[in-house]
Amino acid sequence: MAASAGTLSAAPKSRRSVAPGLSIGLSTLYLSLIVLLPLAALSWRAHGWDAVSTAQGVSALKLTLGLSLVVALVNAVAGTAIAWSLVRDRFVGQGFVNALVDLPFALPTIVAGLTLLALYGPKSPVGVNAAFTRWGLLLALLFVTLPFVVRTVQPVLFELDREMEDAAASLGAGRVTTFLRIILPSILPAILSGVALAFARAVGEFGAVVLISGNLPFKTEVVSVYVFGRLESGDPGGAAAASVVILLISFGVLLAIGGLRRWVTKHDR
Amino acid sequence: MRRISLALLIALLLPALAAGASKDTKLTLVAYSTPKEAYGQLITAFQKTQAGNGVTFSQSYAASGEQSRAVAAGLDADVVAFSLEPDITSLVQKKIVASSWNKDKYKGMVTRSVVVFVVRDGNPKKLKSWNDLLKAGVQVITPNPFTSGGARWNVMAAYGGALRSGKSPKQAVDYLGKLWKHVVAQPTSAREGLQTFLAGRGDVFLAYENEALFAQKKGQPVQFVIPKATILIENPIAVPSTSKHKAEANAFVKFLRTTAAQKIFADNGYRPVVSAAARGFNFPTRPQLFTIKYVGGWAKVEKKFFDPRTGIMVRFQGSNGG
Amino acid sequence: MIGKYALRLFSLGYLAVLLVAPVGYVFWQTFEHGVGPAWDAVTTPDALHALKVTLILTAIAVPANTIFGVLCALAIVRHRYPGAGIVNAVVDLPLALSPVVVGLALLLLYGRGGWLGGHGIVFALPGMVLATIFVSLPFVVREVVPVLREIGTEQEQAAATLGASALQTFLRVTWPAIRYATAYGVVLTTARALGEFGAVSVVSGRLAGETESLTLYVQDRYQSFDTTGAYAAAVVLALLAMATLLLMTRLKPKEGTQ
Repeated sequence: MAASAGTLSAAPKSRRSVAPGLSIGLSTLYLSLIVLLPLAALSWRAHGWDAVSTAQGVSALKLTLGLSLVVALVNAVAGTAIAWSLVRDRFVGQGFVNALVDLPFALPTIVAGLTLLALYGPKSPVGVNAAFTRWGLLLALLFVTLPFVVRTVQPVLFELDREMEDAAASLGAGRVTTFLRIILPSILPAILSGVALAFARAVGEFGAVVLISGNLPFKTEVVSVYVFGRLESGDPGGAAAASVVILLISFGVLLAIGGLRRWVTKHDR
Repeated sequence: MRRISLALLIALLLPALAAGASKDTKLTLVAYSTPKEAYGQLITAFQKTQAGNGVTFSQSYAASGEQSRAVAAGLDADVVAFSLEPDITSLVQKKIVASSWNKDKYKGMVTRSVVVFVVRDGNPKKLKSWNDLLKAGVQVITPNPFTSGGARWNVMAAYGGALRSGKSPKQAVDYLGKLWKHVVAQPTSAREGLQTFLAGRGDVFLAYENEALFAQKKGQPVQFVIPKATILIENPIAVPSTSKHKAEANAFVKFLRTTAAQKIFADNGYRPVVSAAARGFNFPTRPQLFTIKYVGGWAKVEKKFFDPRTGIMVRFQGSNGG
Repeated sequence: MIGKYALRLFSLGYLAVLLVAPVGYVFWQTFEHGVGPAWDAVTTPDALHALKVTLILTAIAVPANTIFGVLCALAIVRHRYPGAGIVNAVVDLPLALSPVVVGLALLLLYGRGGWLGGHGIVFALPGMVLATIFVSLPFVVREVVPVLREIGTEQEQAAATLGASALQTFLRVTWPAIRYATAYGVVLTTARALGEFGAVSVVSGRLAGETESLTLYVQDRYQSFDTTGAYAAAVVLALLAMATLLLMTRLKPKEGTQ
């Protein structure tokens, strides 16, 4: 770490205050241009809010939100476990498995759908037929959200300072206690970060779920398919309206996850 | 001296004159996904004709509704070929296609097909007519008519089939309701529907003959039955008024209705609009064939059955069984 | 001790079902008829052009989102400005939109009659770039934010009191701490950019040989019942994603350092 020749002069305020202005300004501008403008255009076009309040629409919304929360929860646990296995454990083929983790993401959703239908559908080679049910939907969503929690937790876990764990162990704390009291609080923000991504992705997923779910209204139709139906039936305003509602609800959940993180870290420190 | 300079001048001008005379046109064809191979062959054939000499093509293939929306949003097209008429009507409403597009002797259509039942090997459940589909335990697959415009052909074929068998309009609607209880999967597109069926789901898949024939051509294990009463699918084509190469585009569309071109369509599974081209191909006539006019025409049908709020099919959407 | 093996069993079992089996299936479908047909499928002119388009989209979207991601993370975590919490949530929103709606929004904005409607954005490469950036936006931010929170500001403050400029502090103190997380962010962003289908499909106009990306090519092969071709192109995307990971793990700090 470089230190300039020991002068304790007050660091020039002007130079340091540029950084906050720059990072806040640039990132907000980028976000506005890339994300907010299209969303504004979408909201502008939205009309026909009854598109969202039909029985079918509400059912699709409930199904999507419910499943996405379940997916987020499962990923929180499984993703952490996998990240742990990839960082703290040693087994044959570990590097290879690590390289595969991003693939559910890089594969086009149609390939994901075809693969899952072939493996876990009516002609399953392992006798597992989850297709055309909510289990199939869950499977597809878990597939496409797999990398998130794993990849957000991995770097944090890797750089975790082992001293505290060693100290706890030498004081007689069991592995579970060590994990809950020392490791978990440090990686929880990362877990929640991945959870937010998984939730958002699950809400917006279309391509990977359409084949395996069968899209039966009130049973396995997710809201992205319902919205697509509105668009294709000549009701773009309704499609936009439904999307804005989904966005607002997701936004609320994401804010809540952020709040959860703040609450957890406040209580811990 | 003067003769040489004159000759030089002509020699210099000649390439420019020639360039002006040769056709350097690029036509953009925006079509739905199924006829891609057909159009590939047709374009090659067109380029061998006088009218098509020197004409190059930019081609786009995607779902019919998606393409219609793309053209409406500014995708420049010289020829639009969609799977059903309403996708062109919406462009007429946006003043991109002239309302006279279907005032020719072909009513604007370029290919035809019929709705068929794709069944399991040997048709074990003996599904031959629309009433057979209501037998206990029969599982039906059809694309969702709200997410796939083409699937509306299926619904209207079922409705018209019921009318043909002597039912009143009200009874025919009841039939649709009963049929919908047998639907066990509603894929978002026809191709997805075939995939779902081939993956092992359902006893029958409501499909279009041209897609079934194309799948067979590609080695897929597809067997199908054409019910006695079925709808004549007609696929429209038009040259948008916003096209910058109307002459060449119209020449291409005219070419597509020559016997030679129609034979290429037939080879790819489509029923031709020019009857002479059907000779030598197996396109069985059906005794109770009907068109969209028989069930009211697209404008009426869209409102009555497929309006996302008040359409009849919305009511039935909650009753899928399986 | 049981705990350790139970954990390993759970993780590996989960991965086997949800990762290894599907990926294995994809590779099997690709090479079922040998390497020849697969190779032929991905070296057709259309395939190569589609690959080129995908690489261009990725080469623009990933650096853009990485720079934004780091800046945004710094802004959210270090400079607690009013609205930082909202920005933090907004960053994830692109994922919650289904791809068709993303395409719709972009068409509404940049298409005929839109607010910024004009020629040459949609149905051309710029529109596809915008769609790709949109859907792959959050990942670097999401990776870097927890690490920034975790490492705290002590070292940065120490550097500042010793007279280091903002840039020096960033390069010498912050960056070494976040670069591994950034690397994973880049990997996720790249994977997403490579695999994006829906939004790009709507916004590209799908002009064969011009605005077709590799994922669109996959669908094109699938439509034509060319299973080998579709899966082979998907394998190309998978290999590109894995290559990115291999590249990024070079940014991995030595084990156990802080």
